[in-house]
Amino acid sequence: MSEVKINKLCKSFGPVEVLKDIDLTVDDGSFVVLVGPSGCGKSTLLRSIAGLEPVTSGSMTIGGKTVNDLPPAQREIAMVFQSYALYPHMDVYSNMAFGLKFAKTPKAEIDARVGEAARILQLEPLLKRRPRELSGGQRQRVAIGRAIVRKPQVFLFDEPLSNLDAALRINTRVEIAKLHKMLKATIVYVTHDQVEAMTLADKIVVMNKGRIEQTGKPLELYYKPANIFVAGFIGSPAMNFVPATVKNKNTLTLADGQELKVKVPAAASIGEKITLGCRPEHTALDGRGALKFKGTVDIIERLGETGFAHLRLASGQSLISEVRGDPGLAIGASTNISVEEQYIHLFDDGGKRLQV
Amino acid sequence: MRKPASAILVHGILILYTALALFPILLVIMNSFKERKAIFGSPLSLPTPSTFSLIGYDKVFSDSAVVSYYVNSITVTGGTIFFTLLFGAMAAWALTEYKFRWNTLLTLFLAVGIMVPIRLGSVAIIQLIVQMNLINTLTALILVYTAQNLPLSIFILSEFIAQIPKDLREAARCDGLTEYNIFFFIVLPLIRPAMATVAVFTMIPVWNDLWFPLLLAPTGGKQTITLGIQQFLGQYITDWNSVLSALSTAIIPVLILYVIFSRQLIRGLTSGAVK
Repeated sequence: MSEVKINKLCKSFGPVEVLKDIDLTVDDGSFVVLVGPSGCGKSTLLRSIAGLEPVTSGSMTIGGKTVNDLPPAQREIAMVFQSYALYPHMDVYSNMAFGLKFAKTPKAEIDARVGEAARILQLEPLLKRRPRELSGGQRQRVAIGRAIVRKPQVFLFDEPLSNLDAALRINTRVEIAKLHKMLKATIVYVTHDQVEAMTLADKIVVMNKGRIEQTGKPLELYYKPANIFVAGFIGSPAMNFVPATVKNKNTLTLADGQELKVKVPAAASIGEKITLGCRPEHTALDGRGALKFKGTVDIIERLGETGFAHLRLASGQSLISEVRGDPGLAIGASTNISVEEQYIHLFDDGGKRLQV
Repeated sequence: MRKPASAILVHGILILYTALALFPILLVIMNSFKERKAIFGSPLSLPTPSTFSLIGYDKVFSDSAVVSYYVNSITVTGGTIFFTLLFGAMAAWALTEYKFRWNTLLTLFLAVGIMVPIRLGSVAIIQLIVQMNLINTLTALILVYTAQNLPLSIFILSEFIAQIPKDLREAARCDGLTEYNIFFFIVLPLIRPAMATVAVFTMIPVWNDLWFPLLLAPTGGKQTITLGIQQFLGQYITDWNSVLSALSTAIIPVLILYVIFSRQLIRGLTSGAVK
């Protein structure tokens, strides 16, 4: 069992609280992705799990063992750094074997483990090379290899793909997913890239300003974001938000006076100011969809297969709608933006989701 | 593109400076191979078959005391380099890596050591060495030189250690290395160019120093070669053959050390200048 349990974890640098009351369980063998904007504390949380960052309060167990006061080496974790952190003066073999040597592992065992990792990661022809003679992708694989040979309870990845170019990033992403299936390893992975989070994770943890905003399966976060922050963070381009007022149980009034027939959850009272959200990919300009509201076209970005129409409501509120092919709209033209009711998200004044 | 005229000017100045610096050395080496009469008769001419003589070298190397002066110099210089690098790197690592209460104050205190000439404290140093019963020992010299060189070496090495990415030290911590092992197996190999730089800066003044050998180890066969040569300089008669031969041979050990360090040194001086 290599479950990670974090209970009421807090961390401050002087007066600045960087982690506030973090509760998180990483199940054995699961792939958990910590995601959030920069400065949200996701890397600090990862480094706290690794033991590289002392915590202010709270407790943490790895595989049932309390690790609060243990140094990194005794936590049975392995970390893959954003910069790879390969030892520049050692060849690939020594880089991977280095930790084992100091753990007094027998030579035959080291050879076997490094050989195995090299085979899995296709590093066999490179074992005698120095890191500076390797490409970015190869260095990345060595860094992962160095983690594998230690047979840790938990793998920690700190933005491992952000130094790779776009094509390699997609490849390596797939490799990491395969690796996770093969090793059945417990992985905690930090990224700011929500595509990585969506594609890799069993469970995503969205963080903001030192707090966990929502924890859940990728599609859960996409379809049922717990609050405005998660709604805006997951999905690209970001969700459209339009301020509205509850007129009655079935009607919302937008700022420019347009009315929308939407079933308003009981939690919202009449007259309450709420926020309506809908994703660009769920809106259409062709009249399909039950709900319609009027807007004018500001600009259209054509990407080929799809495009994004930037629209403006009479109240000045801007919206983005994804369009297929060429919508044939002129700039300044008036159009109907339509959306199915099931894709409407409603948030209360404090940003919390209103629907169940 | 640089204009040829200014290139010629720059090279001209450099060549002139090189000639100026090398001339006395050349003169010493040239004359060490000549008879005494020829040294004074025509000091600027090369040794010819008729004036060639190895008498100086003969005398120097048949005198067992002189050979032991060489050994003393090599011991003192080697010991000083070793301890300066070891303690300098350790202190630099501690001051850069760990945050503790008096960190900044300690760094400043060491920086002051760069500015205050150690010779100002000569009297106190002599008293200290006498009290420790270390007068006329090589240990005394090594201790004083190590103290003299530590501030600058800590300063230089700190700069280099600070450039080692933090991730690397943390990766090593995750790999289960103790702090000492991180220092010896990660930090030291990575600051080798800087250490070569420090070694050269340390070595040359120590090798050439006359002051502290004169004060702390003037007798008892513990003289260094720079001091030992003085025995050939008399009030009435100076054995120039021996002086010049001893000086010529004294160049060799530092030259060898320099060659060893120089490849690293060039890298050290230019590292960071280009990616």
